[in-house]
Amino acid sequence: MKKEFNTIASLVEKKSKVLDVGCGDGELMKYIYENITNDIRGLEISKSNVQKCVAKGLTVIEGDAEKDLKQFPKSSFDYVILSQTLQAFLDPEKVISELLRVGKKAIVTIPNFGYWKVRIHLLFRGTMPITKNLPNEWYNTPNLHMCTIKDFVNYCNKKNIKINSKNLSYKNLFSQLGIFVIEK
Amino acid sequence: MNDIERVKKLIIDKPLKLDCGQTISNFPLAYETYGKLNDKKDNAILAFHALTGDQFASGTNPITKKEGWWNYLIGPGKAIDTQKYFVICANVLGGCMGSYGPSNINPKTSKNFGTEFPVITINDMVNAQYHLLEFFKIKKLFSVLGGSMGGMQVLQFVSNFPDKSETAIPIACTHSHSAQNIALNELGRQSIMADHNWVNGFYEENNKSPDKGLAVARMAAHITYLSKKGLQEKFGRKLQERDDLKFGFDADFQIESYLRHQGSVFVDRFDANSYLYITRAMDYFDLSKKFDGNLSKAFEKTNTKFFIISFTSDWLYPTSENREIVIALNSIGKDVGFAEITSDKGHDSFLLDVPDFLNTIKNFLNTSYNKQNEKRI
Repeated sequence: MKKEFNTIASLVEKKSKVLDVGCGDGELMKYIYENITNDIRGLEISKSNVQKCVAKGLTVIEGDAEKDLKQFPKSSFDYVILSQTLQAFLDPEKVISELLRVGKKAIVTIPNFGYWKVRIHLLFRGTMPITKNLPNEWYNTPNLHMCTIKDFVNYCNKKNIKINSKNLSYKNLFSQLGIFVIEK
Repeated sequence: MNDIERVKKLIIDKPLKLDCGQTISNFPLAYETYGKLNDKKDNAILAFHALTGDQFASGTNPITKKEGWWNYLIGPGKAIDTQKYFVICANVLGGCMGSYGPSNINPKTSKNFGTEFPVITINDMVNAQYHLLEFFKIKKLFSVLGGSMGGMQVLQFVSNFPDKSETAIPIACTHSHSAQNIALNELGRQSIMADHNWVNGFYEENNKSPDKGLAVARMAAHITYLSKKGLQEKFGRKLQERDDLKFGFDADFQIESYLRHQGSVFVDRFDANSYLYITRAMDYFDLSKKFDGNLSKAFEKTNTKFFIISFTSDWLYPTSENREIVIALNSIGKDVGFAEITSDKGHDSFLLDVPDFLNTIKNFLNTSYNKQNEKRI
């Protein structure tokens, strides 16, 4: 399992109610279901991934986070998880506000464009950075809205969204991923 | 008709008040079962059939000698494994495979009911079938499932009996029959009624049979069960046993011959008045009507775990209509899964060998069944 998933799972309280937005093949959901809370469901756009989730016995709804979050009532989940898909949405700002409406807390992860290897790649090679977390070329990347950890924290501060932001400059340089718990 | 008299029947002696206002009692409900009910009685599944289905979902239909309509799904070792589950399926009220319907004898006139049979609804069908739980002494079903009109019955069942099923699988259905659905059903009904052998519904006492009207109704409906792409791939413009067009109105094209065949075999197994009654029941189906248009309210009291399934090429009960049910359940925080299965086979996909569909049901039921047992321990 991805290391990131361990960190995300550790942020979820026992017996809480969870929605995994863009749950993929259900790997993280299954881990949380087996170890933390069985009140978890996923929203997934890919048909083949939906089949994989069903095969794992997980509750999954085929749908698009940009359109289908609106059907869930306010604060209907304790945690809404969005793992590394924020930058791929057409309108990430709207998605964030929907996450915070549907969930009491949201756990959001982003690939950090401020990571030193990314900076060095751009600085010295002068081409769009390709790293383990950002494996695609500029012309075929699904990532439309890249940001740094600092950008994301600044955004939350501007919008009065509560966010943990200790050691910001350090993290912004040395973390490949940003993992945040945010709430209104 | 002697064969039909031999099918299993439950005689429901309790009076049932129908939506139309009439009350019926001592009426037969024909059913069939597959597999065995276990000692804990926690493995029972009630399957609801669609417009022209019957209680013979699996195995061989003893009346038509054809395969059961859900043979791909239900049977030993199949997606719904009858070595594990006990499946019950009943012929709907108004049907023609042994349940109380328009071809039964009206005690007042000692003749067939014909169009004097009361108009029934999906709600009536479900209320009648509920008696099967009492008959088998099942406190709670493990699942209710059905496609098309069967899916409507699933929705109605859970709404009427919110704590009587652990899981529910409505497939390729709707919570409210659309204008298009009603229009297509009306086309079928008018076709039957335009046949002079229909005799205002009293064809049996006149030894007549509106076969032509019923066949045309079936032909028109059959088109709606398929997709444009599916039809094009299977038939295209292929000619029927001839090298060129004949410049007449014979069945030049394979699709014409296919539809004519579908129509002609249908009249051998289905009653024209039943067709009128059952399509009417579908048209009257509008689950949220009783709840001021708020569909969520229909499910407020239930903790049944839903899984809703639609098909990409189904234009009769499209994904968008199935999704409305998902939305209604999600908006009140109910447990609901949803998948749209890719298939070119149109609305009929739920009756066919579509592996993703069959696997979805198998996985959902098996994991739900394990969870149900875990909860008990």
